[in-house]
Amino acid sequence: MKWHNNIVYNCKKATFLIDKKNLEGISPLQRIELRLHLAGCSVCRLYYSQSRRIDQMLRGFYPTRIKPENGLDEAFKKGLQESIAKEIKKSGA
Amino acid sequence: MAKKESINPEQWVAAYADYLYAFALKRLQDPELCKDLVQDTFVSAIKNLRNYNGSSSEKTWLTAILKNKITDVFRSKASETPLPGHLSGENNTQPFFEENGHWKDKHAPRIWETEEADPLENEELKQTLERCLEKLPPLWAVVVSMKYLDEEKSDHICKELSLSPSNYWVIIHRAKLSLRACLEKNWLKG
Repeated sequence: MKWHNNIVYNCKKATFLIDKKNLEGISPLQRIELRLHLAGCSVCRLYYSQSRRIDQMLRGFYPTRIKPENGLDEAFKKGLQESIAKEIKKSGA
Repeated sequence: MAKKESINPEQWVAAYADYLYAFALKRLQDPELCKDLVQDTFVSAIKNLRNYNGSSSEKTWLTAILKNKITDVFRSKASETPLPGHLSGENNTQPFFEENGHWKDKHAPRIWETEEADPLENEELKQTLERCLEKLPPLWAVVVSMKYLDEEKSDHICKELSLSPSNYWVIIHRAKLSLRACLEKNWLKG
């Protein structure tokens, strides 16, 4: 095994495990590996806390640009009502 | 036995059209497409009235039909994006890391100076996050939306989008790396 395949020295692998852990959990062995890495790597400790914070932001996120506040316009609803009536007739329900 | 719910298609538009439209818009951000999906939902509901067994409310049933249609859109969006290689594959999670797995200096996380209790109360941050999400490749954006907005289980997302678990986790990871970098660059840097 090349030395950099070892997670203790590998931030790329560590950050992958961090994102997986924060969302769904990782295996006991992976937890140990990650803890070893984090013990010696302040940059990935920072990534860990920021990854969690982004999770929080995403969970509370609501797209702002297009708001459905006004709902559908009346003309469209009228058309909808008509197409429903047509379908009901067609299906004989 | 639970009371059977009744069904009344003539009342659907008045009762559910706005709700379904808002539900779709939250996930797709495309008014015209969302109108089409609401209409398709009502039409296919009527065609499938026989399948409605009354065990859930009309609203729940219609929402489930709409959700399937949204997933179809997600799927076709997803197919526009090439899959990432395996985690150990080349070019993966580039450009953030050196070949030996260390952070590249200019991409290494920096300390964020802002510490609001609820970051989303900050309107500017919210808009930055939205712009960062829009920069993600369509498939990544779809995965993030299914996971964080709809809180779907990971294996469900894999199934719906025909992703292997390893591709799924690489996508989640790369999306998070990109969002983190984008937020830091555009907003959170101290």
